[in-house]
Amino acid sequence: MDSPQIVISASPHLHSDRTSKKIMYDVVIALVPAFLVSLYVFGFNALITTSIAIVSCLLFEFLIQKYLMKSEVTITDGSALLTGILLAFNVPAGLPIWMIIVGSLAAIGIAKLSFGGLGFNVFNPALVGRVFLLVCFPVQMTLWPLAVVNNTSIADAVSGATTLGIIKEGLQFGQTMGELSSQIPSNMNMLLGITGGSLGEMSAIALLLGGLYLMIRKVISWHIPITILLTMAVMTGVFWTIDPEHYANPIIHLLSGGAILGAFYMATDMVTSPMTKKGMVIFAIGIGLITVIIRFYGAYPEGISFAILIMNAFVPLINSYFKPRRFGSKIKAKIM
Amino acid sequence: MLKTFSKGGIHPPENKLTSAKDIKRLPAPKVVYVPIAQHIGIPAEIIVDRKDKVEIGQVIAKSGGFVSSNIHSPVAGTVTKLDMIIDSSGYKKQCIVIRTDAKNETNFQEIDYPLKKEIDLEPAEIVKRISDFGIVGLGGATFPSHVKLNVKEDKKMDCLIINGVECEPYLTADHRLMLEKGEEIVVGIKILMKALHVNKAIIGIEDNKHDAVELFKRLTANEKQIQVAALQVKYPQGGEKQLISAILDREVPKNGLPMDVGVVVNNVGTVFAIYEAIQHNKPLIERVVTVTGKKLKNPSNFWVKIGTPIKDLIEEVGGMPEGTRKIINGGPMMGKAIKNTDVPVTKGTSGILIVDEDEACRGEVKNCIRCGECVNVCPMGLEPHLLMNLSEKGMYEKAAQEDIMTCIECGSCSYVCPSNRPLLDYIRFGKNITKQLASSKN
Repeated sequence: MDSPQIVISASPHLHSDRTSKKIMYDVVIALVPAFLVSLYVFGFNALITTSIAIVSCLLFEFLIQKYLMKSEVTITDGSALLTGILLAFNVPAGLPIWMIIVGSLAAIGIAKLSFGGLGFNVFNPALVGRVFLLVCFPVQMTLWPLAVVNNTSIADAVSGATTLGIIKEGLQFGQTMGELSSQIPSNMNMLLGITGGSLGEMSAIALLLGGLYLMIRKVISWHIPITILLTMAVMTGVFWTIDPEHYANPIIHLLSGGAILGAFYMATDMVTSPMTKKGMVIFAIGIGLITVIIRFYGAYPEGISFAILIMNAFVPLINSYFKPRRFGSKIKAKIM
Repeated sequence: MLKTFSKGGIHPPENKLTSAKDIKRLPAPKVVYVPIAQHIGIPAEIIVDRKDKVEIGQVIAKSGGFVSSNIHSPVAGTVTKLDMIIDSSGYKKQCIVIRTDAKNETNFQEIDYPLKKEIDLEPAEIVKRISDFGIVGLGGATFPSHVKLNVKEDKKMDCLIINGVECEPYLTADHRLMLEKGEEIVVGIKILMKALHVNKAIIGIEDNKHDAVELFKRLTANEKQIQVAALQVKYPQGGEKQLISAILDREVPKNGLPMDVGVVVNNVGTVFAIYEAIQHNKPLIERVVTVTGKKLKNPSNFWVKIGTPIKDLIEEVGGMPEGTRKIINGGPMMGKAIKNTDVPVTKGTSGILIVDEDEACRGEVKNCIRCGECVNVCPMGLEPHLLMNLSEKGMYEKAAQEDIMTCIECGSCSYVCPSNRPLLDYIRFGKNITKQLASSKN
């Protein structure tokens, strides 16, 4: 028998059911709890900002791939969708729509497609989008709508400062942590998301829940997020122990700003993080340190976006220096 | 906690459909096609001619060198042709075609010898017999067994490992053999220990074959020198280096051999063949083959004469099912896809797997998303994504520096890749070119 429909290919003939698409959609699923919290806290604004970011990311990917690159259109692979969601999560809810569109163009056009598309980008696209906006429009990008529960109207969003913003400004004006403590949201409120900040970074609990899901699904390993948070906790802990009047305690640092969003969802982006576990730990320590340095001494109150982007640049170097230990390189076994 | 190897590994679905099925002996086929290159090394030299009458077990092709092996006639009959036949590699290979003499009773005889425990031969005689009787590694690598037993003076050996892992999904040939021929295998192990002058042997069996683990524990209860190691289920634990790592926690050095860490590994099938050769003067003319697949009517384990066309086996399990898209000679992870079912069973054929549309075709290749899973699962600690890129771009020297030659081609990287990248295809390609470059330099 020599039938034409018989397929010949080299081994292996089996494939696991893991696909890039499933990985992307797993991350999307993991972000749902945090989005629901934002919807509750920011109301309609959260929905609008997120939808605009998603639609414009998908649209830019489609337009650029189809008409500029004249290549295969890959908007269904879930990566542009994810970039859209993460970009929205990293800007204040209710950012002017045209700015969101500009941010999406920076994320998809500059950070992703100009490097060759999915898998070739050096920097996390959503973070490039965010930082681009932060540098271009510093005022609007730091206009945080105050978390007012059940606020369903778009127009009368009240703006306020983030926890880290309060601390940074307060300390600069010579206040001490003790004096600032009344202005800082309680730990419980930061856990739940009753605080100021970017759209998706509100609730630590919701973000941790999604992070746990990603670990169970083996989309991410503990190495990057836990190492980042641990590094931040240790470093802020040392400073706080020495001078509690001028440095916030580690719990405030971990629960505020984009620490958890960054550690679990931005730094773990597969494309822009190291391939080996050893490399991941080095990468994560770098992010933790740079984040804390920026928070303490930088011009911006929050530094995790910059920290991740800076460490993204080191990933090729980390990959070539921190290789897996080759089997057979162990010191000679003792033979009886 | 059960033992396992140190790095990487995957858990493909086991699909051992035939693990409860006795090994059935098939009658000799009307015609056998016996290739002369069934082992790794130099092909054997044909020493029969057309129209010669041959007896069952008669040498028909002589070993062509040290790393080579004799080939014996699996049947009694007449040589009708010396021909070029497509074998499982897809290439035409020299083959001896023998028409079975239907009247000859020995062709159909059930060869079930009574158990013989006393080992009469001396070590050197054992090695000679193994070499003469055409025994090669039956786990799939088909490395001539006597070569492994010729331990150089300066190497110190302390342990014989018996490979009963059978980590390939679907295959159950070794499992069934262990259950049905346990006592013989224990005698075979003693033969090998005598030949190697070692006083320790460990049988490694994955714990999904719990009945075999229990059986061997019982059989070796009074044998202080033979131990049974139940192992975690993880592919590719049946790889020689992985098995040594799992059982003894020793790493065979890069480009080294098990001998370098004082170990010789033999598959249970090989051990049984050695038992039959030494105790009953039977050369390697048949082996156990699992014929399996989800759509087959009656997947089974068979005792098959070497040279039997694969189509005979497929007929035996109820014929080729509708919608078959792939025929695999061996297991799904390391087996070879074949197109032609006239391909004969050889010494290395451990199974025939029939696969339909769902499992046969590869998914669309997408961009690498640098998830690092190929690095995580590589049992050799390599970076498959990097090796693929280097091979693709023709950077073979760099690939050699990145240890491309230590790849054992287990396929774990291609199995897990979420973007369906043909990692192992490119690595194999890179290995071949690297090999050629190295040999052209010398």
